[in-house]
Amino acid sequence: MLSTILQFLFSGLTVGAIYALVALGFTLIYNASHVINFAQGEFVMIGGMATVYLVDAGAPIWVAAPAAILLAVAVGVALERLAIAPARDASVVALIVITIGASIFLRGVAQVVWDRNFHTLAPFSGDEPIRVMGASFLPQSLWVLGVSLLAVLALAWFFGRTVLGKAVLATANNRLAAQLVGIETRAVMTLCFALSAFLGAMGGVLVTPITLTSYDAGVMLGLKGFCAAILGGMGSGVGAIVGGLVLGVAEAMGAGFVSSAYKDALAFVLILLVLCFRPSGLVGARASERV
Amino acid sequence: MSRLLEVEGLAAQYGRVAALHDVSLAVAPGQLVALVGSNGAGKTTLLRAISGVRPASAGRIAFDGSDITGLTPARRVRLGIVQVPEGRQVFAPLSVEDNLILGGYTRRAGIEEGIARAFRMFPVLAEKRRLPAGALSGGQQQMLALARALMAAPRLLLLDEPSMGLAPLLTAEIFAAIAALKRAGTTILLVEQNATQALRVADYAYVMETGRIVLEGPGAELARNEKVKAAYLGM
Repeated sequence: MLSTILQFLFSGLTVGAIYALVALGFTLIYNASHVINFAQGEFVMIGGMATVYLVDAGAPIWVAAPAAILLAVAVGVALERLAIAPARDASVVALIVITIGASIFLRGVAQVVWDRNFHTLAPFSGDEPIRVMGASFLPQSLWVLGVSLLAVLALAWFFGRTVLGKAVLATANNRLAAQLVGIETRAVMTLCFALSAFLGAMGGVLVTPITLTSYDAGVMLGLKGFCAAILGGMGSGVGAIVGGLVLGVAEAMGAGFVSSAYKDALAFVLILLVLCFRPSGLVGARASERV
Repeated sequence: MSRLLEVEGLAAQYGRVAALHDVSLAVAPGQLVALVGSNGAGKTTLLRAISGVRPASAGRIAFDGSDITGLTPARRVRLGIVQVPEGRQVFAPLSVEDNLILGGYTRRAGIEEGIARAFRMFPVLAEKRRLPAGALSGGQQQMLALARALMAAPRLLLLDEPSMGLAPLLTAEIFAAIAALKRAGTTILLVEQNATQALRVADYAYVMETGRIVLEGPGAELARNEKVKAAYLGM
């Protein structure tokens, strides 16, 4: 029994770490602009698919993965510059609709440029399972968890220790005041899209050896990341991480002990429960500000 | 007279509602110029247009002889036009110290000295340097907002209602700080509803009504003007 729980916990944390990366991407863009970027999942897809194609073309994984992530970052920057920035005076809802349109467009382009099949990548360090107390997990899980942890630490350093990171936080908190101290708030927006594309694409590369990828792999991952962000509390970085891990583990436990048929439904049931009983999320602070 | 800031025929609007009509004013180096007028007269809109955060629909703004009408707000801060906005607008979740560091965002050097100077000017900020700015009292937030603006080494300081919502004692402290800045040679454009105090410290003043400049003159002269007395000084 213990080993079964441990088994589900491992696979839950692995998928949850990917959800957390996607959720962090949502959080970054939401904080900077109050826009929910529904093209977030497409960054994950581009990371996975581009890596697959570069590896098929003969590139080693350590070249293909960074190149794919760079491509996703370029797409993220283009999305902000070409679609979001020109409409910056529009309402937030209009901007959200633009991101939905962008996600459909990107999926379409991916079908044309690549194909409609499922693809996988060879695990980065073999597929010999590692056994711990009766449970077994793949070395790829360690890659997912390790790299995600590094990404989170790097983000914590960026926002806590660098002036540029603080400028991003300042822009998120008070755009007018940020402009008045000389922060180029438009560049900050572009940076947030670039960063969240980076996080999403990195998740896409890491998870492909475990879950496969395809031109529409971003739809579900994007929605799950969104659920994770809401679950943790929209706008909270810690919340995104907690929400991602909780969602991943809950899914794995639900699929293992109840029925795998309802695995995807669980995320949406959780979101409903959170929105009903704790709308600010698990970690999100109750909105209170001194005026 | 040489002019640091020169505004000519400036207009601005919110949607289709005009907020400024044909506004012209000038600030000479080292002067403290006050802009008084009732709520909704367009004073804040004018300061925002000068800072570039509210686009002008017509007119021209020149700083130190060159046209800045099309520059982004950040470029204007780099030129030395720095504003303390209405309602303080500190970065509430960030620490007092981080607020000051961000005040010096456009500068790469002199941050340490700037922070030390801010703490000498307002010792209470030094005690609370690690606290989030949102945890400060209103008066302390106003001090922080002023100190944050000074971090950018302003050549022209725009102050929007620095005494708003403050107790008389704190208002006096803020005005003392403004007077000290003026003595140190800082050029200041001050927007105030508290016309008595603003006209007392101002070298020159403009009176605004419904988006237009209706009166101007040396501060002391305006303070004696019957119309100004009746409308703004409560006499």
